[in-house]
Amino acid sequence: MITMEHVSKSYKIAKRKAGFGEACKALFHRQYEIVHALHDVSFTIEDGEMVGYIGPNGAGKSSTIKILSGILTPDEGTVLVDGRVPYKNRIQHVSQIGVVFGQRSQLWWDVPVIDSFELLKDIYQIPDMQYNQSLEELTELLDLQELVRSPARQLSLGQRMRCEIAASLLHRPKILFLDEPTIGLDAVSKLAVRDFILRQNKIHRTTVILTTHDMQDIQALAGRIILIGKGRILMDGSLEDIKKGNKDIDKTVAELYRSYDI
Amino acid sequence: MMRKYLSFFRLRFSMGLQYRAAALAGVVTQFAWGFMEIMIFRAFYQAEPEAFPMSMSATASYIWLQQAFFAFFTAWMMDNEIFDSIVNGDIAYELCRPVNIYSMWFARNMANRMARAVLRCFPILAVAVFVPQPYGLGAPADGIHFLLFLFTMSMGLVMTVSFCMLIYVLAFFTISPQGLRVAFTSTVEFFAGAIVPLPFLPDGVRKVLEFLPFASMQNVPLRIYSGSMDGEAMGSAVFLQLFWVITITVMGRGLCRLAERQVTVQGG
Repeated sequence: MITMEHVSKSYKIAKRKAGFGEACKALFHRQYEIVHALHDVSFTIEDGEMVGYIGPNGAGKSSTIKILSGILTPDEGTVLVDGRVPYKNRIQHVSQIGVVFGQRSQLWWDVPVIDSFELLKDIYQIPDMQYNQSLEELTELLDLQELVRSPARQLSLGQRMRCEIAASLLHRPKILFLDEPTIGLDAVSKLAVRDFILRQNKIHRTTVILTTHDMQDIQALAGRIILIGKGRILMDGSLEDIKKGNKDIDKTVAELYRSYDI
Repeated sequence: MMRKYLSFFRLRFSMGLQYRAAALAGVVTQFAWGFMEIMIFRAFYQAEPEAFPMSMSATASYIWLQQAFFAFFTAWMMDNEIFDSIVNGDIAYELCRPVNIYSMWFARNMANRMARAVLRCFPILAVAVFVPQPYGLGAPADGIHFLLFLFTMSMGLVMTVSFCMLIYVLAFFTISPQGLRVAFTSTVEFFAGAIVPLPFLPDGVRKVLEFLPFASMQNVPLRIYSGSMDGEAMGSAVFLQLFWVITITVMGRGLCRLAERQVTVQGG
C-alpha cells in the first residue's frame, strides 16, 4: 500500500532577466526563485491497483514518482510505501520496486541487452532459478528472443522500451512505476507495451502507477485517475468521472486542464 | 554484497578492452611524450649532472613507468558519463537500484583505468626496456623496492580514483561541473609530479608537496622503483600514502551520502 500525506516539495532555481548586463550582474548576485513542485499532496493506493497519474508538463508528476522511488526527499509530509519510508533507506526500498523512465535508458549502451540483464541479476541478488523463470516469461511476453543479443544502442526505441520494461521487472517488484512508458512509440509498440502491463497487473497483481500524456494509455490501463496541476491534486476518480459521457477523451482532458486553469 | 560491484567491474572492464584503436593511439602518444621528456632531461643532465636530484637512469625509469601506467595516475582522465548522468538526470536510474553510488562508481573507474592500462602498458614497457641506458627503463633497485613499487602503485591507483570520486560527488552540488573539474585537475597534475618529478622542485616547495595527498598518486611508486626514494623516507611515504587513501575515501563516502540526501535530480 502506498500513502502520501500532505507532501510538499519545492526547488530553488537561479533566475535572471535577458541580456548581457543582467548576466554580469548575476555573477555577483544570484537571484533565486522558489518553485513549488508539490503542494500538500495526499493519496492512498491499494495493492494491485492500476493508477494513471496525469497532468500537464511541469505539474509535479515526475517529482511524485521520484519521491515514491526514494530519489527525492520531500520537504514536508509523510510517505509510506509498504511500510517503508522511501528516502530513509533507499537501497532497501528500491530493491522492492521497479521503475521505468520513458525518457531515459537503464540498459548499458555498449553491451548486448542480455549482459545488462545478467548484471541486474547480480545487483538485485536474484536467485538463479527465479531469474531464469522471470527471463523466460518476460522474453516470451515481450517478444525479446531476437533482441537480447544485440547491443542496446542498435535497438529501435520500441524494441528498447520493451527491454527496459523487462529489465525493471526481473526482480519481480510488487510495485511498478512507469514514467511516460509509451512516449515516442509507434502504434504497434504502444499496444504491445499496454497489453503487457495489463497482464502483469492481472497475473502478478503488481501495483502500477503510470504517468502519461497519452489518454489512450489511460483509457486502456487505468481504472483510477489522479489529476495533478501546479503541484496540487485536483481530482481523484475513475475514467468515467472525467469523461462524463463525453466521447473524445483528449478534448475532455484539455477542457479539464482549462477549467482548472493549469 | 561485494558481488554486485565485482560483476559491475567485470562488465566495465570487458567494455574497456573493446577500444583497440584508442589504445593504439594512446601507445603512440605515450611513446612520443616519453621520448620528448627524456630528451629534455638529457639536455639538462649533460649541462650539469651534479645539479640533478635524481640520476639520469632513475629519471628515465620514472618517465617510462609513468607513460606505461598513465591510466593509473592521470587525474584528468575522468568518466564523462558520470558527469553527464548528474547534469542530465540519468542518475535517477542509478539511484533506483539497490547499490551504493560511491561503490558503484568506484568500481567503474577502477575498471576503466585498469582496462586502459592493460592495453597500453605492455608495448611501452617492452620497448622501454631496450632503449639504451641510461635513457631506458632500468631494473628495479632490488626485490623489496620492486614489491613495494607494486603495492604503492596499486594504492596510487586507488588514491587517484578516490580523488576523482571527490570531484564527481562535488558535481552534485553544482549545476555544471566544468569549472570545478578544470581547477582541480590542473592543480593535481603539477602537485602530483606528473609534469616534473617532485625532486626537481625547490626544497621548500618539494617538502610541502610530498606531504600532500597528490604525491601519493605517482610520486611514491615511481620513485620507489628506481631507489630514488629509500630507507626511512620510503617507509614514511608508504604510511602517508595509506593515511591519505583512507582519509580521502572516507571523506568521499561521507560527502556522497550527504549529496544523495540533498540531490535534486535534474530534468523531467
